[in-house]
Amino acid sequence: MDNRLFTGELTKLTACNPESDAKIMEVWHRDTEFFRLAYGRIAQPWSVEHIKKRIENHGGEVNEPVFAIRTLADDKLIGQIGLWIEPSQVEGFVWILIGERDYWGRGFGTDAMRVLLRYAFRELNLHRVVLRVFAFNTRAIRSYEKVGYVHEGRVRNALNRMGQRWDEVWMGITRSDWERQSAAPKNRGENNDEYDNRSAGYIKPVGA
Amino acid sequence: MILQLFEGEKIRFAAFDADKDAEALSKWTHDPEYMRLLSPDPARPLAPFHIKKRFEEMEKEAGRDFYYFVIRAREDDRALGFTHLRWIEWNHGNAHFDMGIGSASDRGKGYGSEALQMLFRYAFEELNLYRLTGHTMEYNTGAQKFLLKHGFQLEVRRREALQREGRYWDGLTYGILADEWANANR
Repeated sequence: MDNRLFTGELTKLTACNPESDAKIMEVWHRDTEFFRLAYGRIAQPWSVEHIKKRIENHGGEVNEPVFAIRTLADDKLIGQIGLWIEPSQVEGFVWILIGERDYWGRGFGTDAMRVLLRYAFRELNLHRVVLRVFAFNTRAIRSYEKVGYVHEGRVRNALNRMGQRWDEVWMGITRSDWERQSAAPKNRGENNDEYDNRSAGYIKPVGA
Repeated sequence: MILQLFEGEKIRFAAFDADKDAEALSKWTHDPEYMRLLSPDPARPLAPFHIKKRFEEMEKEAGRDFYYFVIRAREDDRALGFTHLRWIEWNHGNAHFDMGIGSASDRGKGYGSEALQMLFRYAFEELNLYRLTGHTMEYNTGAQKFLLKHGFQLEVRRREALQREGRYWDGLTYGILADEWANANR
């Protein structure tokens, strides 16, 4: 059994700590470029106390896991990722945010998303995972494509941002999409100590 | 200027009246066919008590990002169904809607069509929304036809998003823009 459920190549998923993490996250939320990439709602500065409450109110429930994304190299908090599982347990709605700008465009979010998908399909045993992303967030869309998400449609003109209308893009990945892409060997014996995390349940695009 | 937002030809939009409506709404939840056409969530019968509680919860949200109506027949004031506008994003002018006609004997009579046209007018000319979003399931071909007939376009197909009767079905999202509705009604 491969039990390294929470570890990727660049990042790891851990619990969120209301005390120490909220202070870091408060700084992210002053950055309105970050805010607009992460949320559709109206931007406003969030206090440390507000963020602390959000952390305390989420992540405890079985149908709504929330993780902190930390770097493997130095345990630095760079983002958050979470799932909302609908009541019949078939589909999970995933969200991700990378608040530390220094870690944008360097594969950290992609890595955390791969870890989350392995968790969704190998621990939660969901049938599919879906996400919504704003059409102007091309960096995120490329990352989701890399991980194996398929474009499933666009909610036309869903957003009014920067004086114009933007679509909301929906992307989904089914268990069979994910299995097809992962090079996971089907029978793993006791002698697989040298087993490489990259080829275990870890998604690699076909041909990569 | 249209002054009647809540009075149609055959139906009206009304507030929920616990004394009159809880019984009827409870009865509808005991019809699994209705419940499955309405929602991908597991069907569950609700007592009038639960219905009342649910409406108390809804009333707390009402008027913020949530509006709801009971659909009544004008002929005898009986409850025919309901419609909701929820998750209203005021900054983007988007909202999601639900609608149901509870009794099988009240379906196919044009009540839903009239209710949807009244809902459009309310959404686009009272709340001034930019677009409206509706969701249904692959197996609900009636709803798909209904949405297309009224000008919605299929926008998203979530493959194998729900499971019913031993197989997976796609989840479907439809949308209509205020302009599209206005042009069709000009």
